This record gives sequence, structure tokens and C-alpha cells, in this order.
Amino acid sequence: MISKPRPKHLDLIRIKLPLPGFVSILHRASGALLFLALPLLLAAFDQSLRSIETYTSLTEYLAHPLAKIFVLGMTWALLHHFCAGLRYLALDLHLLHGLAGARTSSKWVLAVSLLLTVVVGVKLW
Amino acid sequence: MVNRIVTGAHFGLRDWLIQRVTAVVMALYLLVIAGLLLWQRSFGYDIWIDLFSGNIMRTFSLLFLLSVFYHVWIGMRDIVMDYVKPAGIRLLIHVLVILALLLYTIWSAQILWGL
Repeated sequence: MISKPRPKHLDLIRIKLPLPGFVSILHRASGALLFLALPLLLAAFDQSLRSIETYTSLTEYLAHPLAKIFVLGMTWALLHHFCAGLRYLALDLHLLHGLAGARTSSKWVLAVSLLLTVVVGVKLW
Repeated sequence: MVNRIVTGAHFGLRDWLIQRVTAVVMALYLLVIAGLLLWQRSFGYDIWIDLFSGNIMRTFSLLFLLSVFYHVWIGMRDIVMDYVKPAGIRLLIHVLVILALLLYTIWSAQILWGL
């Protein structure tokens, strides 16, 4: 039984998330973003396979700066979701221990996904 | 002492497991695709279409997409359960997500088997 009243800041503006919480909310946000983008991603996949003509027109669409920003955004969302997901699997398997393990792995998730996004960005431009 | 009465449909553990099984399928697929693409010296339509023309790769790709859709259902349902309080809107979003995912499933089969 907790007798000490604790400050509760469940107000989204006031709440200050610890690092693993930050990675967790980004995992949700990136997942939702990928879901919303699914029709576009499936359409692009469809166009890329249908014929050489649709493939070529898709590559022309993707050469547009706005399309590149979209691709880069999706790349980050996928990479973050992927890395954060692997972290959860590692947590499920008891591979990460305690608060230190939770914090260090959160840093790795943020760093690796951002770094790989930058690599893809450099490739795109 | 907490006298907890467990009620409900007991779908929690099953969904928890499905979320993780689909995650592993997706991770393996993405690593295989990334590996195959990085292996290529050049890239073009012929290489891309070659990649998805075999039956094994088509099946693996459909397995991947089905995993995505099931994973999305669990994830979106969790998000909606946490943040959307009014029952009517929550139901509406759930129905829209389910319908979208069912349509994406049909679409995926059409893409991969070239209709």
C-alpha cells in the first residue's frame, strides 16, 4: 500500500518521460505512422512490380524532394520501430538487466535508428 | 491481500504472443531482403522483379505482409484502447482498421501474384 502521495503529471504537456518511456512512445508513434502510410507503401510496391513502365514512373515520382522526405520519414519510422521492437524482444528474454540495461539499450535504439536513417538520407541525396 | 477476480476473454496472452511471433517474422524478412539487396552490385527493374518472382519469395512476402497486418491490428487496438475513450468513436476506428487491413490482405495477394 502506497501511503506517500506522489505527484502525478499525466498531463501530456507537463509529463517528463524517462528515456525508455521516450523510446516507447516513439515506438507507438512510428507504428501508427507506418500504419497510416500503408496504402501509399503498398501502392508503391504494386507500381514497382507491375511493369517496367510503372517501375520507371515510380522512380521518377521518388526523385521529387517531397517524396524523398516522405521516404526518409518512413525509413526512420521503420528503423526506430524495428530497433525498439528488438529491444522489447530482448527484454522479454531477460537479456537486459535493471535500470541501467533499460537506459543503455534505449540510447542504442535511438542512436542506431537515427544513424541508419542518416545513411539512407545520404544515399537518397 | 488482493482478491482479484479474473474476467474477460483471456485474449491477452494470445495477442501478446502473436505480436511477438509476427515481429520475429517481419524482422527476419526485412533482414533477408536487406541482405539480398545489399548483395547486388547493381540495381534495376529486372533484379527487383527477379527477387519476387520465385514462389518461395512470394510466399515469404505474403507471410511478411500478413504478419504486418495482424501486428498492426494488435498495435492499433492497443493505441485506441489507451487514448480513445468514447465507445462509439473507438468502435468506429476499430471497424475502419479491420476493414482496411482486410482490404490490404486482398491487395497484397493481388500484387504478389500479379493480377
